[in-house]
Amino acid sequence: MTLSEKILAAHTGREKVSPGEFINVKVDLVLSNDITAPIAIKEFNRLGVASVFDPTRVVMVPDHFCPNKDIQSAEQAKMMREFALKHKIVYFEIGQMGIEHVILPEKGLVLPGDVVVGADSHTCTYGALGAFATGMGSTDIAVAMATGEIWMKVPPSIKFIFHGKTGKWVGGKDLILYTIGQIGVDGALYSAMEFHGDAVDSLPMDGRFTMANMAIEAGAKAGIFHVDAKTRRYLKGRASRNYIEYTADTNAEYARVIEYDATAIEPQIAFPHLPSNTRPVSRAGNIKIDQVVIGSCTNGRLDDLRLAASLLKDRKVYAGVRCIIIPGSQQIYMDALKEGLIEIFIKAGAVVSTPTCGPCLGGYMGVLAAGERCLSTTNRNFVGRMGHPSSEVYLANPAVAAATAIMGRIADPQELAA
Amino acid sequence: MKLKGKAFKYGSNVDTDAIIPARYLNLHQPEELAAHCMEDIDLDFIKKVEKGDFIVADFNFGCGSSREHAPLAIKSAGISCVVAKSFARIFFRNAINIGLPLLECEQAPDNIKSGDLIEADLASGNITNLTTGQTFKAKPYPDFMMQIVKAGGLVEYTKQRLSGEK
Repeated sequence: MTLSEKILAAHTGREKVSPGEFINVKVDLVLSNDITAPIAIKEFNRLGVASVFDPTRVVMVPDHFCPNKDIQSAEQAKMMREFALKHKIVYFEIGQMGIEHVILPEKGLVLPGDVVVGADSHTCTYGALGAFATGMGSTDIAVAMATGEIWMKVPPSIKFIFHGKTGKWVGGKDLILYTIGQIGVDGALYSAMEFHGDAVDSLPMDGRFTMANMAIEAGAKAGIFHVDAKTRRYLKGRASRNYIEYTADTNAEYARVIEYDATAIEPQIAFPHLPSNTRPVSRAGNIKIDQVVIGSCTNGRLDDLRLAASLLKDRKVYAGVRCIIIPGSQQIYMDALKEGLIEIFIKAGAVVSTPTCGPCLGGYMGVLAAGERCLSTTNRNFVGRMGHPSSEVYLANPAVAAATAIMGRIADPQELAA
Repeated sequence: MKLKGKAFKYGSNVDTDAIIPARYLNLHQPEELAAHCMEDIDLDFIKKVEKGDFIVADFNFGCGSSREHAPLAIKSAGISCVVAKSFARIFFRNAINIGLPLLECEQAPDNIKSGDLIEADLASGNITNLTTGQTFKAKPYPDFMMQIVKAGGLVEYTKQRLSGEK
Protein backbone atom coordinates (compact mmCIF):
# COMPACT_ATOMS: atom_id res chain seq x y z
CA MET A 1 0.00 0.00 0.00
CA THR A 2 1.02 3.63 -0.54
CA LEU A 3 1.47 6.01 2.39
CA SER A 4 -2.05 7.37 1.97
CA GLU A 5 -3.59 3.89 1.72
CA LYS A 6 -1.76 2.79 4.90
CA ILE A 7 -3.16 5.71 6.88
CA LEU A 8 -6.68 5.32 5.48
CA ALA A 9 -6.71 1.56 6.14
CA ALA A 10 -5.68 2.15 9.76
CA HIS A 11 -8.51 4.67 10.18
CA THR A 12 -11.04 2.28 8.70
CA GLY A 13 -10.05 -0.66 10.86
CA ARG A 14 -9.06 -2.72 7.87
CA GLU A 15 -5.95 -4.56 6.75
CA LYS A 16 -6.09 -3.11 3.29
CA VAL A 17 -7.84 -0.49 1.19
CA SER A 18 -7.62 0.01 -2.58
CA PRO A 19 -8.09 3.06 -4.84
CA GLY A 20 -11.71 3.65 -5.81
CA GLU A 21 -13.21 2.00 -2.71
CA PHE A 22 -15.72 3.99 -0.67
CA ILE A 23 -14.81 3.87 3.01
CA ASN A 24 -15.96 5.41 6.25
CA VAL A 25 -12.92 6.98 7.88
CA LYS A 26 -12.38 7.91 11.53
CA VAL A 27 -10.93 11.41 11.73
CA ASP A 28 -8.35 12.71 14.22
CA LEU A 29 -9.05 16.40 13.72
CA VAL A 30 -11.86 18.45 12.15
CA LEU A 31 -11.25 22.07 11.15
CA SER A 32 -13.23 25.07 9.98
CA ASN A 33 -12.78 28.84 9.77
CA ASP A 34 -14.83 32.03 9.97
CA ILE A 35 -16.18 31.74 6.41
CA THR A 36 -16.88 28.00 6.31
CA ALA A 37 -17.95 27.45 9.94
CA PRO A 38 -21.26 29.38 9.74
CA ILE A 39 -22.66 26.95 7.14
CA ALA A 40 -21.13 23.98 9.00
CA ILE A 41 -22.82 25.13 12.23
CA LYS A 42 -26.20 25.50 10.47
CA GLU A 43 -25.89 21.96 9.08
CA PHE A 44 -24.59 20.61 12.42
CA ASN A 45 -27.70 22.00 14.12
CA ARG A 46 -29.91 20.32 11.51
CA LEU A 47 -28.32 16.96 12.39
CA GLY A 48 -29.96 17.20 15.80
CA VAL A 49 -27.00 15.97 17.85
CA ALA A 50 -26.30 17.52 21.24
CA SER A 51 -22.52 17.75 21.10
CA VAL A 52 -19.44 17.34 18.94
CA PHE A 53 -17.84 13.87 18.89
CA ASP A 54 -14.78 15.03 20.86
CA PRO A 55 -14.23 18.72 21.73
CA THR A 56 -10.44 18.26 21.80
CA ARG A 57 -10.53 17.16 18.15
CA VAL A 58 -12.68 19.96 16.71
CA VAL A 59 -10.89 23.21 15.83
CA MET A 60 -12.17 26.59 14.65
CA VAL A 61 -9.88 29.44 13.61
CA PRO A 62 -11.04 32.99 12.83
CA ASP A 63 -8.46 33.84 10.16
CA HIS A 64 -10.03 34.66 6.79
CA PHE A 65 -11.84 37.95 7.44
CA CYS A 66 -10.54 38.39 11.01
CA PRO A 67 -9.81 40.70 12.80
CA ASN A 68 -13.30 41.40 11.47
CA LYS A 69 -13.24 43.38 8.25
CA ASP A 70 -16.87 44.51 8.27
CA ILE A 71 -20.16 44.04 10.10
CA GLN A 72 -21.16 40.90 8.21
CA SER A 73 -17.76 39.28 8.88
CA ALA A 74 -18.13 40.22 12.52
CA GLU A 75 -21.52 38.47 12.64
CA GLN A 76 -20.03 35.30 11.13
CA ALA A 77 -17.05 35.39 13.50
CA LYS A 78 -19.47 35.87 16.40
CA MET A 79 -21.58 32.90 15.33
CA MET A 80 -18.43 30.74 15.24
CA ARG A 81 -17.15 32.04 18.59
CA GLU A 82 -20.46 31.31 20.33
CA PHE A 83 -20.51 27.76 18.94
CA ALA A 84 -16.87 27.22 19.95
CA LEU A 85 -17.43 28.42 23.51
CA LYS A 86 -20.68 26.47 23.90
CA HIS A 87 -19.11 23.20 22.77
CA LYS A 88 -15.73 23.90 24.46
CA ILE A 89 -13.82 23.01 21.29
CA VAL A 90 -10.30 24.16 20.38
CA TYR A 91 -10.60 27.81 19.40
CA PHE A 92 -8.01 30.53 18.89
CA GLU A 93 -9.24 34.05 19.65
CA ILE A 94 -7.68 37.13 18.03
CA GLY A 95 -4.37 37.56 19.85
CA GLN A 96 -3.63 33.83 19.78
CA MET A 97 -5.02 33.31 16.29
CA GLY A 98 -2.83 32.59 13.28
CA ILE A 99 -3.54 31.33 9.77
CA GLU A 100 -5.15 27.92 10.37
CA HIS A 101 -2.68 25.85 8.36
CA VAL A 102 0.25 27.58 10.02
CA ILE A 103 -1.02 27.43 13.58
CA LEU A 104 -2.33 23.84 13.76
CA PRO A 105 1.08 22.24 13.06
CA GLU A 106 2.80 24.90 15.18
CA LYS A 107 0.65 23.99 18.19
CA GLY A 108 1.28 20.28 17.68
CA LEU A 109 -2.41 19.59 16.95
CA VAL A 110 -1.70 17.70 13.70
CA LEU A 111 0.56 14.68 13.84
CA PRO A 112 2.01 12.04 11.51
CA GLY A 113 -0.46 9.29 10.64
CA ASP A 114 -3.50 11.46 11.41
CA VAL A 115 -6.52 11.81 9.17
CA VAL A 116 -7.51 15.48 9.16
CA VAL A 117 -10.49 16.99 7.38
CA GLY A 118 -11.05 20.72 7.14
CA ALA A 119 -13.58 23.05 5.58
CA ASP A 120 -10.77 24.75 3.72
CA SER A 121 -9.20 23.48 0.53
CA HIS A 122 -5.66 24.04 1.83
CA THR A 123 -6.14 21.53 4.65
CA CYS A 124 -3.84 19.35 2.52
CA THR A 125 -0.94 21.38 4.01
CA TYR A 126 -0.61 18.88 6.88
CA GLY A 127 0.63 16.20 4.48
CA ALA A 128 4.04 17.74 5.16
CA LEU A 129 3.90 16.02 8.55
CA GLY A 130 2.95 12.64 7.12
CA ALA A 131 -0.75 13.08 7.86
CA PHE A 132 -3.54 12.34 5.38
CA ALA A 133 -5.26 15.71 5.29
CA THR A 134 -7.89 16.91 2.88
CA GLY A 135 -10.24 19.82 2.29
CA MET A 136 -14.00 19.37 2.17
CA GLY A 137 -17.09 21.54 2.32
CA SER A 138 -19.04 22.78 5.31
CA THR A 139 -21.68 20.01 5.28
CA ASP A 140 -18.99 17.31 5.30
CA ILE A 141 -17.34 19.06 8.22
CA ALA A 142 -20.66 19.30 10.09
CA VAL A 143 -21.04 15.53 9.82
CA ALA A 144 -17.43 14.93 10.84
CA MET A 145 -17.86 17.24 13.87
CA ALA A 146 -20.95 15.32 14.92
CA THR A 147 -19.80 11.75 14.28
CA GLY A 148 -15.99 11.76 14.13
CA GLU A 149 -16.26 9.98 10.80
CA ILE A 150 -16.57 10.89 7.14
CA TRP A 151 -16.94 9.00 3.87
CA MET A 152 -14.09 9.02 1.41
CA LYS A 153 -13.18 7.40 -1.85
CA VAL A 154 -9.67 5.93 -1.56
CA PRO A 155 -7.57 8.00 -3.96
CA PRO A 156 -5.01 6.55 -6.35
CA SER A 157 -1.51 7.77 -5.44
CA ILE A 158 0.94 9.46 -7.79
CA LYS A 159 4.60 9.26 -6.80
CA PHE A 160 6.68 12.35 -7.56
CA ILE A 161 10.46 12.00 -7.33
CA PHE A 162 12.61 15.14 -7.37
CA HIS A 163 16.22 14.23 -8.09
CA GLY A 164 19.27 16.29 -7.19
CA LYS A 165 19.92 19.48 -5.30
CA THR A 166 17.90 22.62 -5.89
CA GLY A 167 19.48 25.99 -6.73
CA LYS A 168 20.01 28.71 -4.16
CA TRP A 169 16.76 30.63 -4.74
CA VAL A 170 14.63 27.56 -5.38
CA GLY A 171 12.35 26.30 -2.62
CA GLY A 172 9.28 24.19 -2.05
CA LYS A 173 7.16 26.82 -3.82
CA ASP A 174 9.13 26.38 -7.02
CA LEU A 175 9.04 22.58 -6.92
CA ILE A 176 5.27 22.56 -6.53
CA LEU A 177 4.62 25.38 -9.06
CA TYR A 178 6.86 23.57 -11.55
CA THR A 179 4.94 20.34 -10.94
CA ILE A 180 1.55 22.02 -11.40
CA GLY A 181 2.89 23.66 -14.56
CA GLN A 182 3.81 20.22 -15.88
CA ILE A 183 0.67 18.26 -14.94
CA GLY A 184 -1.96 21.03 -14.99
CA VAL A 185 -4.57 22.20 -12.49
CA ASP A 186 -6.38 18.87 -12.79
CA GLY A 187 -3.25 16.76 -13.31
CA ALA A 188 -3.69 15.01 -9.96
CA LEU A 189 -7.50 15.23 -9.79
CA TYR A 190 -8.91 12.96 -7.03
CA SER A 191 -5.38 11.59 -6.38
CA ALA A 192 -2.88 11.70 -3.53
CA MET A 193 0.49 13.20 -4.46
CA GLU A 194 3.30 11.43 -2.62
CA PHE A 195 6.55 13.41 -2.65
CA HIS A 196 9.98 11.75 -2.76
CA GLY A 197 13.60 12.44 -3.73
CA ASP A 198 16.80 14.15 -2.54
CA ALA A 199 15.46 17.62 -3.30
CA VAL A 200 12.46 16.95 -1.08
CA ASP A 201 14.53 15.28 1.66
CA SER A 202 16.74 18.36 1.89
CA LEU A 203 13.77 20.76 2.09
CA PRO A 204 13.17 22.29 5.52
CA MET A 205 9.74 21.63 7.09
CA ASP A 206 8.53 25.08 6.03
CA GLY A 207 9.25 24.20 2.39
CA ARG A 208 7.39 20.91 2.73
CA PHE A 209 4.33 22.70 4.14
CA THR A 210 4.41 24.95 1.06
CA MET A 211 4.50 21.95 -1.30
CA ALA A 212 1.76 19.97 0.41
CA ASN A 213 -0.33 23.16 0.66
CA MET A 214 -0.57 23.52 -3.11
CA ALA A 215 -1.44 19.88 -3.91
CA ILE A 216 -5.05 21.08 -4.23
CA GLU A 217 -3.93 23.42 -7.04
CA ALA A 218 -3.27 20.26 -9.10
CA GLY A 219 -6.73 18.98 -8.11
CA ALA A 220 -5.29 16.49 -5.61
CA LYS A 221 -7.08 15.15 -2.56
CA ALA A 222 -3.85 15.17 -0.56
CA GLY A 223 -0.13 15.87 -0.84
CA ILE A 224 1.96 13.76 1.49
CA PHE A 225 5.53 13.28 2.72
CA HIS A 226 7.17 10.52 4.76
CA VAL A 227 8.31 11.32 8.28
CA ASP A 228 12.08 11.79 8.68
CA ALA A 229 14.52 13.27 11.21
CA LYS A 230 13.41 16.81 10.28
CA THR A 231 9.77 15.99 10.94
CA ARG A 232 10.63 14.43 14.31
CA ARG A 233 12.72 17.45 15.27
CA TYR A 234 9.83 19.75 14.32
CA LEU A 235 7.41 17.73 16.45
CA LYS A 236 9.64 17.53 19.51
CA GLY A 237 8.11 19.63 22.25
CA ARG A 238 5.02 20.33 20.13
CA ALA A 239 3.21 17.01 19.67
CA SER A 240 0.07 17.02 21.79
CA ARG A 241 -0.38 13.20 21.60
CA ASN A 242 1.49 10.07 20.59
CA TYR A 243 1.66 9.35 16.90
CA ILE A 244 2.36 6.54 14.45
CA GLU A 245 4.80 6.84 11.55
CA TYR A 246 3.50 5.03 8.48
CA THR A 247 5.66 4.08 5.50
CA ALA A 248 4.67 3.16 1.96
CA ASP A 249 5.37 -0.48 1.09
CA THR A 250 8.23 -1.07 -1.31
CA ASN A 251 5.78 -2.83 -3.62
CA ALA A 252 3.09 -0.15 -3.30
CA GLU A 253 1.08 0.44 -6.45
CA TYR A 254 1.12 3.95 -7.87
CA ALA A 255 -1.17 5.20 -10.64
CA ARG A 256 1.87 7.01 -12.06
CA VAL A 257 5.48 7.70 -11.13
CA ILE A 258 6.74 11.10 -12.29
CA GLU A 259 10.40 12.09 -11.99
CA TYR A 260 11.93 15.55 -12.26
CA ASP A 261 15.50 16.84 -12.32
CA ALA A 262 15.36 19.40 -9.50
CA THR A 263 18.76 20.85 -10.46
CA ALA A 264 17.18 22.20 -13.65
CA ILE A 265 14.25 23.93 -11.92
CA GLU A 266 14.51 27.74 -11.69
CA PRO A 267 12.39 29.96 -9.46
CA GLN A 268 8.91 29.76 -11.01
CA ILE A 269 6.28 32.41 -11.72
CA ALA A 270 2.65 31.40 -12.22
CA PHE A 271 1.14 33.97 -14.58
CA PRO A 272 -2.54 34.89 -14.53
CA HIS A 273 -5.02 33.23 -14.33
CA LEU A 274 -4.09 29.65 -13.34
CA PRO A 275 -1.43 28.25 -11.00
CA SER A 276 -0.40 25.96 -13.88
CA ASN A 277 0.50 28.89 -16.14
CA THR A 278 4.13 28.81 -15.02
CA ARG A 279 7.37 30.15 -16.46
CA PRO A 280 10.89 30.26 -15.04
CA VAL A 281 11.69 33.73 -13.66
CA SER A 282 14.35 34.22 -16.35
CA ARG A 283 11.57 34.19 -18.94
CA ALA A 284 9.14 36.43 -17.04
CA GLY A 285 9.90 39.51 -19.14
CA ASN A 286 9.47 43.09 -17.94
CA ILE A 287 6.32 43.05 -15.82
CA LYS A 288 5.67 46.06 -13.62
CA ILE A 289 4.03 45.34 -10.30
CA ASP A 290 1.80 47.52 -8.09
CA GLN A 291 1.74 45.30 -5.01
CA VAL A 292 3.70 42.46 -3.41
CA VAL A 293 2.23 40.18 -0.75
CA ILE A 294 4.48 37.94 1.35
CA GLY A 295 2.56 35.61 3.64
CA SER A 296 -0.40 33.16 3.64
CA CYS A 297 -0.81 29.47 4.51
CA THR A 298 1.54 28.82 1.60
CA ASN A 299 4.49 31.07 2.47
CA GLY A 300 3.90 32.88 5.76
CA ARG A 301 6.33 30.87 7.91
CA LEU A 302 9.58 31.93 9.55
CA ASP A 303 11.87 30.55 6.81
CA ASP A 304 9.82 32.51 4.26
CA LEU A 305 10.21 35.75 6.23
CA ARG A 306 13.95 35.13 6.72
CA LEU A 307 14.37 34.65 2.99
CA ALA A 308 12.50 37.86 2.19
CA ALA A 309 14.45 39.77 4.86
CA SER A 310 17.81 38.57 3.48
CA LEU A 311 17.01 40.53 0.31
CA LEU A 312 15.14 43.49 1.82
CA LYS A 313 17.90 44.20 4.37
CA ASP A 314 19.38 47.67 3.75
CA ARG A 315 17.27 48.05 0.61
CA LYS A 316 14.05 49.93 -0.13
CA VAL A 317 10.75 48.86 -1.62
CA TYR A 318 10.46 50.46 -5.08
CA ALA A 319 8.71 53.84 -5.09
CA GLY A 320 4.98 53.40 -5.56
CA VAL A 321 4.95 49.66 -4.82
CA ARG A 322 2.94 48.43 -1.82
CA CYS A 323 4.74 45.58 -0.06
CA ILE A 324 2.53 43.79 2.47
CA ILE A 325 4.12 41.21 4.77
CA ILE A 326 1.95 38.94 6.92
CA PRO A 327 3.52 36.55 9.44
CA GLY A 328 1.37 33.40 9.62
CA SER A 329 1.06 33.25 13.40
CA GLN A 330 1.74 35.24 16.57
CA GLN A 331 4.71 32.95 17.31
CA ILE A 332 6.21 33.61 13.87
CA TYR A 333 5.56 37.34 14.32
CA MET A 334 7.36 37.23 17.68
CA ASP A 335 10.27 35.16 16.32
CA ALA A 336 10.61 37.53 13.36
CA LEU A 337 10.60 40.46 15.78
CA LYS A 338 13.34 38.91 17.94
CA GLU A 339 15.46 38.13 14.88
CA GLY A 340 15.15 41.72 13.68
CA LEU A 341 13.21 40.78 10.55
CA ILE A 342 10.29 43.08 11.30
CA GLU A 343 12.67 46.03 11.65
CA ILE A 344 14.22 45.16 8.28
CA PHE A 345 10.77 45.10 6.67
CA ILE A 346 9.64 48.39 8.16
CA LYS A 347 12.92 50.14 7.32
CA ALA A 348 12.58 48.87 3.75
CA GLY A 349 9.15 50.52 3.54
CA ALA A 350 7.01 47.39 3.78
CA VAL A 351 3.90 47.15 5.93
CA VAL A 352 3.64 44.29 8.44
CA SER A 353 0.21 42.96 9.40
CA THR A 354 -1.25 40.79 12.11
CA PRO A 355 -1.90 37.20 10.85
CA THR A 356 -4.82 36.93 8.42
CA CYS A 357 -5.73 35.27 5.10
CA GLY A 358 -7.15 38.68 4.05
CA PRO A 359 -5.49 39.66 0.76
CA CYS A 360 -5.02 36.13 -0.66
CA LEU A 361 -8.73 35.82 -1.44
CA GLY A 362 -9.45 39.48 -2.03
CA GLY A 363 -10.96 39.89 1.41
CA TYR A 364 -9.11 42.88 2.82
CA MET A 365 -5.58 44.12 3.72
CA GLY A 366 -4.51 44.50 0.09
CA VAL A 367 -7.45 44.27 -2.33
CA LEU A 368 -6.52 45.17 -5.93
CA ALA A 369 -8.12 47.91 -8.07
CA ALA A 370 -9.01 47.47 -11.77
CA GLY A 371 -5.97 46.62 -13.87
CA GLU A 372 -3.54 46.40 -10.93
CA ARG A 373 -0.91 43.69 -10.75
CA CYS A 374 0.24 41.87 -7.65
CA LEU A 375 3.06 39.40 -7.21
CA SER A 376 2.14 37.21 -4.29
CA THR A 377 3.53 34.25 -2.36
CA THR A 378 -0.04 32.93 -2.02
CA ASN A 379 -1.55 29.98 -3.87
CA ARG A 380 -4.17 31.13 -6.39
CA ASN A 381 -4.21 33.60 -9.28
CA PHE A 382 -7.73 33.06 -10.62
CA VAL A 383 -9.70 35.91 -12.23
CA GLY A 384 -10.63 38.40 -9.49
CA ARG A 385 -8.93 36.33 -6.77
CA MET A 386 -7.38 39.36 -5.03
CA GLY A 387 -9.85 42.02 -6.05
CA HIS A 388 -11.21 43.57 -9.26
CA PRO A 389 -11.91 41.04 -12.03
CA SER A 390 -9.45 42.88 -14.31
CA SER A 391 -6.60 42.79 -11.76
CA GLU A 392 -3.79 40.24 -12.11
CA VAL A 393 -1.99 37.96 -9.66
CA TYR A 394 1.43 36.37 -10.23
CA LEU A 395 2.53 33.62 -7.84
CA ALA A 396 6.13 33.11 -6.73
CA ASN A 397 8.41 32.26 -3.81
CA PRO A 398 9.27 34.80 -1.06
CA ALA A 399 12.76 35.55 -2.50
CA VAL A 400 11.28 36.45 -5.90
CA ALA A 401 8.60 38.46 -4.07
CA ALA A 402 11.19 40.46 -2.11
CA ALA A 403 13.33 41.06 -5.22
CA THR A 404 10.20 42.15 -7.09
CA ALA A 405 9.23 44.58 -4.32
CA ILE A 406 12.70 46.15 -4.56
CA MET A 407 12.84 46.33 -8.37
CA GLY A 408 9.20 47.30 -8.99
CA ARG A 409 8.94 44.58 -11.64
CA ILE A 410 9.09 40.80 -11.55
CA ALA A 411 12.73 40.14 -10.66
CA ASP A 412 15.10 37.23 -10.14
CA PRO A 413 16.74 37.37 -6.67
CA GLN A 414 19.97 36.60 -8.50
CA GLU A 415 19.92 40.13 -9.94
CA LEU A 416 20.29 41.57 -6.44
CA ALA A 417 22.80 39.01 -5.23
CA ALA A 418 25.16 39.67 -8.13
CA MET B 1 -36.70 13.01 -12.22
CA LYS B 2 -36.64 15.00 -15.49
CA LEU B 3 -35.02 18.41 -15.57
CA LYS B 4 -35.49 20.93 -18.34
CA GLY B 5 -34.02 24.35 -19.08
CA LYS B 6 -31.64 26.36 -21.22
CA ALA B 7 -27.87 26.00 -21.09
CA PHE B 8 -25.25 28.44 -19.86
CA LYS B 9 -22.00 27.22 -21.42
CA TYR B 10 -18.53 27.73 -19.93
CA GLY B 11 -15.00 26.38 -20.57
CA SER B 12 -12.57 24.43 -18.40
CA ASN B 13 -11.37 25.20 -14.86
CA VAL B 14 -14.29 27.37 -13.76
CA ASP B 15 -13.06 27.99 -10.20
CA THR B 16 -15.15 28.63 -7.12
CA ASP B 17 -13.85 32.23 -6.96
CA ALA B 18 -15.53 32.72 -10.34
CA ILE B 19 -18.72 31.01 -9.16
CA ILE B 20 -18.91 33.17 -6.02
CA PRO B 21 -16.14 35.75 -5.44
CA ALA B 22 -14.66 35.71 -1.93
CA ARG B 23 -15.69 39.32 -1.34
CA TYR B 24 -19.19 37.92 -0.80
CA LEU B 25 -18.14 35.23 1.67
CA ASN B 26 -19.12 37.53 4.51
CA LEU B 27 -22.59 36.26 3.53
CA HIS B 28 -23.91 32.72 3.83
CA GLN B 29 -27.63 32.81 2.99
CA PRO B 30 -28.09 31.00 -0.36
CA GLU B 31 -30.29 33.70 -1.91
CA GLU B 32 -27.77 36.45 -1.01
CA LEU B 33 -24.98 34.41 -2.59
CA ALA B 34 -27.05 33.64 -5.70
CA ALA B 35 -27.30 37.37 -6.49
CA HIS B 36 -23.55 37.35 -7.25
CA CYS B 37 -23.23 33.93 -8.87
CA MET B 38 -20.74 33.86 -11.79
CA GLU B 39 -20.49 37.67 -11.88
CA ASP B 40 -16.71 37.94 -12.39
CA ILE B 41 -16.84 35.85 -15.60
CA ASP B 42 -20.44 36.40 -16.77
CA LEU B 43 -22.36 39.47 -15.66
CA ASP B 44 -25.41 38.35 -17.67
CA PHE B 45 -25.80 35.01 -15.89
CA ILE B 46 -27.83 36.22 -12.96
CA LYS B 47 -29.96 38.50 -15.20
CA LYS B 48 -30.87 35.68 -17.60
CA VAL B 49 -30.99 32.55 -15.44
CA GLU B 50 -34.40 30.97 -14.90
CA LYS B 51 -35.51 28.14 -12.69
CA GLY B 52 -34.56 24.78 -14.21
CA ASP B 53 -31.64 26.05 -16.33
CA PHE B 54 -28.36 24.15 -16.74
CA ILE B 55 -24.72 25.09 -16.41
CA VAL B 56 -22.67 23.15 -18.97
CA ALA B 57 -18.86 23.24 -18.79
CA ASP B 58 -15.70 21.46 -19.89
CA PHE B 59 -13.10 19.97 -17.54
CA ASN B 60 -12.46 20.51 -13.81
CA PHE B 61 -15.59 22.52 -12.98
CA GLY B 62 -15.51 24.00 -9.47
CA CYS B 63 -11.76 23.88 -8.84
CA GLY B 64 -10.08 25.91 -6.10
CA SER B 65 -11.54 26.94 -2.78
CA SER B 66 -13.68 24.46 -0.81
CA ARG B 67 -16.41 27.06 -0.29
CA GLU B 68 -19.80 25.34 -0.20
CA HIS B 69 -21.14 28.80 -1.00
CA ALA B 70 -20.40 27.92 -4.67
CA PRO B 71 -22.91 25.08 -5.17
CA LEU B 72 -25.33 26.88 -2.80
CA ALA B 73 -25.18 29.99 -5.03
CA ILE B 74 -25.70 27.93 -8.20
CA LYS B 75 -28.61 25.98 -6.72
CA SER B 76 -30.27 29.06 -5.27
CA ALA B 77 -29.90 30.89 -8.61
CA GLY B 78 -32.29 28.27 -10.00
CA ILE B 79 -29.85 25.98 -11.84
CA SER B 80 -31.31 22.45 -11.84
CA CYS B 81 -28.15 20.57 -12.81
CA VAL B 82 -24.50 21.11 -13.80
CA VAL B 83 -23.20 19.03 -16.72
CA ALA B 84 -19.41 18.93 -17.15
CA LYS B 85 -16.65 16.78 -18.64
CA SER B 86 -15.17 16.52 -15.13
CA PHE B 87 -15.60 18.09 -11.70
CA ALA B 88 -13.10 19.18 -9.07
CA ARG B 89 -13.46 16.79 -6.14
CA ILE B 90 -14.45 19.13 -3.30
CA PHE B 91 -17.07 20.80 -5.49
CA PHE B 92 -18.42 17.36 -6.44
CA ARG B 93 -18.81 16.37 -2.76
CA ASN B 94 -20.35 19.69 -1.83
CA ALA B 95 -22.92 19.58 -4.63
CA ILE B 96 -24.00 16.03 -3.80
CA ASN B 97 -24.11 16.89 -0.09
CA ILE B 98 -26.46 19.86 -0.59
CA GLY B 99 -28.58 18.20 -3.29
CA LEU B 100 -27.40 19.99 -6.45
CA PRO B 101 -27.43 17.34 -9.21
CA LEU B 102 -24.26 16.97 -11.30
CA LEU B 103 -23.83 14.93 -14.45
CA GLU B 104 -20.38 13.99 -15.70
CA CYS B 105 -20.25 13.46 -19.45
CA GLU B 106 -17.36 13.89 -21.89
CA GLN B 107 -19.46 14.25 -25.05
CA ALA B 108 -22.39 16.49 -24.09
CA PRO B 109 -20.50 19.77 -23.44
CA ASP B 110 -18.93 19.70 -26.95
CA ASN B 111 -22.42 19.49 -28.43
CA ILE B 112 -24.24 22.07 -26.32
CA LYS B 113 -24.17 25.85 -26.93
CA SER B 114 -25.33 28.62 -24.64
CA GLY B 115 -29.07 29.00 -25.03
CA ASP B 116 -29.73 25.43 -26.21
CA LEU B 117 -32.70 23.78 -24.52
CA ILE B 118 -31.60 20.79 -22.46
CA GLU B 119 -33.45 17.93 -20.82
CA ALA B 120 -31.81 15.54 -18.38
CA ASP B 121 -33.06 12.45 -16.63
CA LEU B 122 -31.13 11.88 -13.42
CA ALA B 123 -32.24 8.25 -13.06
CA SER B 124 -31.02 7.15 -16.48
CA GLY B 125 -28.24 9.74 -16.86
CA ASN B 126 -29.60 10.72 -20.28
CA ILE B 127 -28.87 14.29 -21.37
CA THR B 128 -30.81 15.50 -24.45
CA ASN B 129 -30.10 18.66 -26.36
CA LEU B 130 -33.67 19.45 -27.44
CA THR B 131 -32.38 22.18 -29.78
CA THR B 132 -30.33 19.70 -31.85
CA GLY B 133 -32.05 16.46 -30.93
CA GLN B 134 -28.85 14.74 -29.76
CA THR B 135 -28.81 12.55 -26.65
CA PHE B 136 -25.81 11.74 -24.46
CA LYS B 137 -25.24 9.38 -21.56
CA ALA B 138 -23.67 10.61 -18.29
CA LYS B 139 -21.46 8.47 -16.07
CA PRO B 140 -23.68 6.73 -13.49
CA TYR B 141 -23.23 7.66 -9.81
CA PRO B 142 -21.49 4.99 -7.74
CA ASP B 143 -24.02 3.09 -5.56
CA PHE B 144 -22.70 4.66 -2.38
CA MET B 145 -23.18 8.21 -3.68
CA MET B 146 -26.62 7.33 -5.01
CA GLN B 147 -27.66 6.58 -1.41
CA ILE B 148 -26.71 10.14 -0.42
CA VAL B 149 -28.51 11.57 -3.45
CA LYS B 150 -31.63 9.48 -2.69
CA ALA B 151 -31.62 10.50 0.98
CA GLY B 152 -31.67 14.15 -0.17
CA GLY B 153 -28.16 15.11 0.89
CA LEU B 154 -25.53 14.22 3.45
CA VAL B 155 -27.33 15.65 6.49
CA GLU B 156 -30.45 13.58 5.78
CA TYR B 157 -28.33 10.51 4.99
CA THR B 158 -26.43 10.89 8.26
CA LYS B 159 -29.65 11.46 10.24
CA GLN B 160 -30.99 8.17 8.88
CA ARG B 161 -27.74 6.42 9.79
CA LEU B 162 -27.70 7.88 13.29
CA SER B 163 -31.32 6.92 13.96
CA GLY B 164 -30.57 3.41 12.66
CA GLU B 165 -27.79 3.03 15.20
CA LYS B 166 -30.02 3.92 18.16
